[in-house]
Amino acid sequence: MLESKIPEGPLEEKWNYYKSHTKLVNPANRKKIDIIVVGTGLAGSAIAASLGEMGYRVKSFCFQDTARRAHSVAAQGGVNACKNYKNDGDSVFRMFYDTLKGGDFRSREANVYRLAECSANLIDRAVAQGVPFGREYGGYLNNRSFGGVQVSRTFYARGQTGQQLLLGAYQALMRQVHAGHVQLSTRHEMLELVVIDGKARGVIVRNMETGAIERHGAHAVVLATGGFGKIYFLSTLAMGCNGSAIWRAHKKGALIANPSWTQIHPTSLPQSGEYQSKLTLMSESLRNDGRIWVPKKQDDQRPPNQIPEEERDYYLERRYPAFGNLTPRDIASRAAKERIDAGYGIGPLKNAVYLDFSKAISEQGEEKIREKYGNLFRMYQKITNVNAYTEPMRISPAAHFSMGGLWVDYELMTSIPGLYALGEANFADHGANRLGANSLLQACVDGYFIAPYTMANFLADEIRTGPIDTRHPAFEAAEEQVRDQLRMLETIQGKHPADYFHRQLGRILYDRCGLSRSAPGLESAITDIQQLRKEFYKQLYVPRGFAINAELEKAGRVADYLELGELMCHDALNRNESCGAHFREEYQTPDGEALRNDADFSFIAAWEWQGANNPPLLHKEPLHFEFVTPSVRSYK
Amino acid sequence: MRLRLKIWRQESNEITGRMESYELKEVNEEMSFLEMLDVLNEQLMQQGIRPVEFDHDCREGICGQCGVMINGEPHGPLQNTTTCQLHMRTFRDGEEIYIEPFRALAFPVKCDLKIDRSAFDRIIQSGGFISVDTGQAPEANSTRIPVPVAESAFDSAACIGCGACVAACKNTSAALFTSAKITHLAKLPQGKTEAQERVLHMVAQMDAEGFGHCTNTEACEAACPQEISVLNIARMNWEFNKAHIMRK
Repeated sequence: MLESKIPEGPLEEKWNYYKSHTKLVNPANRKKIDIIVVGTGLAGSAIAASLGEMGYRVKSFCFQDTARRAHSVAAQGGVNACKNYKNDGDSVFRMFYDTLKGGDFRSREANVYRLAECSANLIDRAVAQGVPFGREYGGYLNNRSFGGVQVSRTFYARGQTGQQLLLGAYQALMRQVHAGHVQLSTRHEMLELVVIDGKARGVIVRNMETGAIERHGAHAVVLATGGFGKIYFLSTLAMGCNGSAIWRAHKKGALIANPSWTQIHPTSLPQSGEYQSKLTLMSESLRNDGRIWVPKKQDDQRPPNQIPEEERDYYLERRYPAFGNLTPRDIASRAAKERIDAGYGIGPLKNAVYLDFSKAISEQGEEKIREKYGNLFRMYQKITNVNAYTEPMRISPAAHFSMGGLWVDYELMTSIPGLYALGEANFADHGANRLGANSLLQACVDGYFIAPYTMANFLADEIRTGPIDTRHPAFEAAEEQVRDQLRMLETIQGKHPADYFHRQLGRILYDRCGLSRSAPGLESAITDIQQLRKEFYKQLYVPRGFAINAELEKAGRVADYLELGELMCHDALNRNESCGAHFREEYQTPDGEALRNDADFSFIAAWEWQGANNPPLLHKEPLHFEFVTPSVRSYK
Repeated sequence: MRLRLKIWRQESNEITGRMESYELKEVNEEMSFLEMLDVLNEQLMQQGIRPVEFDHDCREGICGQCGVMINGEPHGPLQNTTTCQLHMRTFRDGEEIYIEPFRALAFPVKCDLKIDRSAFDRIIQSGGFISVDTGQAPEANSTRIPVPVAESAFDSAACIGCGACVAACKNTSAALFTSAKITHLAKLPQGKTEAQERVLHMVAQMDAEGFGHCTNTEACEAACPQEISVLNIARMNWEFNKAHIMRK
């Protein structure tokens, strides 16, 4: 059933071969084709703008008040590309290998190779759009190094690389809106996918300003709706980030792959109270000069500067001497959790570890540190009121990126023909752990360079279809379903708003399907989530009868999270191994490292919806390694 | 800490709004301003009162979606800080806080503190881009850009599009927002080809949206979370005049 459609031939020829042999839609026919794009982050804006430039008729939707707010905007550090400008031995193959290894050999070789292959073009594209990347004094582009690799291939725009790349894509999108090729609807949320004769043919959206339910038809639908890390309630994601678009597509037949693989970022600010709504990320680059430690004594109440050197446990340097404070994210996060759980956590809630710059400041001087990280230290002070030049930062792990997502083939098409998933919304390229600065890359490459080609292969057969009629019974039924659900959420009139349930779900998932998982924990989590779901439908409170209604929007998203969360637990329970971000306590080496099982688990777990009260059905897509041999990931 | 809040309530654009008073008894000074509003909303819902609608998304100061007038100042009393990055420790126990939407003819109020800033999108649509299709780009290092040029283009490009500049201006001018994009693109070699057309179109669109004129009070720069300089406005005026002369 799962056909990945990977072209035959040598690794470095596959994508070229595909591009040369795929079907095309001629320019005169493109204006007969409608395409819906949901989401306006990097992937969504890039594909909508690119399709518009080619002459297709595009309808683009986002829930924010303008397309430029999508959460790609928040990525700080950079974007990887192998230009080999540093002459340090970078190559497409090396970048491919680093990414595959970083993902713990749980992604497709062909996809990852294509990502590396297209990376250089992205930098050209972004510079042409006016993205002000960091430069060297000769005026050429500069690079920095990032976790998990030994070359410098990260391009950056100060600590705002995501913002600048997104503005480039947003401006390209605005240009197409002005040209009349893209019709953009902001403050619209997709609530249902419409499938006719097995093909994705449209969406039902809610206008968040008027409350109107609208039907939109198209010959193909693209979901570029980002990740669902917000399911943990506390995360580094924006408040509006959600999994509803992909979840509703899932319930219409699209498979979801590896949903439990969530990257937990090691350097976020710790939670300070129950009211907390989000966890702010501090860039990973801080680990270049900061040293991570906890007191050697449990429950040590002394201020950090009064704890002498010999009473500090620099646990990353102790456990991973080769990489020290620069171990990959999954390992750094897990090591922090291990210390916190063992009672060595610091701060008022004992939920954090120290990130200490005193050694770097004494060696390099405060001025040098200010030059490198000034904006981050300022942000830290704004939020915590603590001066990190004189006192160590308090940091803690936080849910960050969804490696899992809608299952897609090599063409980025989901298991529903005509439905595509791009960027973080799909599962494809990062395996079980994403390397830093690869998320911006993947979103852009999917949107600018891959989908414009692969979608033509499907759309070539649609030139005679004619406009999609939104009076079709499938639209009728989908709209009715949306109206029923909204009505139902509003009529419960229970005691608790959606956040009350979301917080509890987040706690269950963080504790039992987060940094480490175990079979008994996951089994109990499934039962608890089912129970919580029942309570949600009895006790939910949503203010009734208002067109603009943030509580209603939240309630719909939480309803979906309560189902998606259960699927994540099934996925984690099924995978009896540890790999990347997925750490099962039962499968570890004697010194506490992840124990991968290639013989039994070298596959993609793609799940099919079977109804709310039935366990999901597993489909396996085996992973074949033709060009590299999976090795044990060691950072010791 | 205890707070007395006076908040603008307006159910929809068609209905006249009014200030309403609320009291919060247990506010933690570590809370962000928006988390304080979350807590208020939970309390209002328990009392059967419609929660306060406000715009927000990333809550880390970069998306530009949040923004309210706090005691008459856009994003509140702290310099260079978005509403979401403002924390309650900035306020005193027992303080009275006035919270209103950003006010401008070109930013109609949608509901409570939510406004419509789509005028900004239309200004960008009118020319705030470089016309390059996917696939056309030359090799990135084929054009050298000196560091000072790249850095100063970045300073202009850092705008988050929140609208605080408009709210701070007595004329509700969008000059800082518009000029930041014009300057960002005009400074870079890639953007020079279209500089003339761009400035003419964007300024025309800015005027058509109903924003007021700039009278150089510099209130916009003081309110800007990203410290966008008013020198961008000077650059816009220069580009505008140059374009006019060149066109004739």
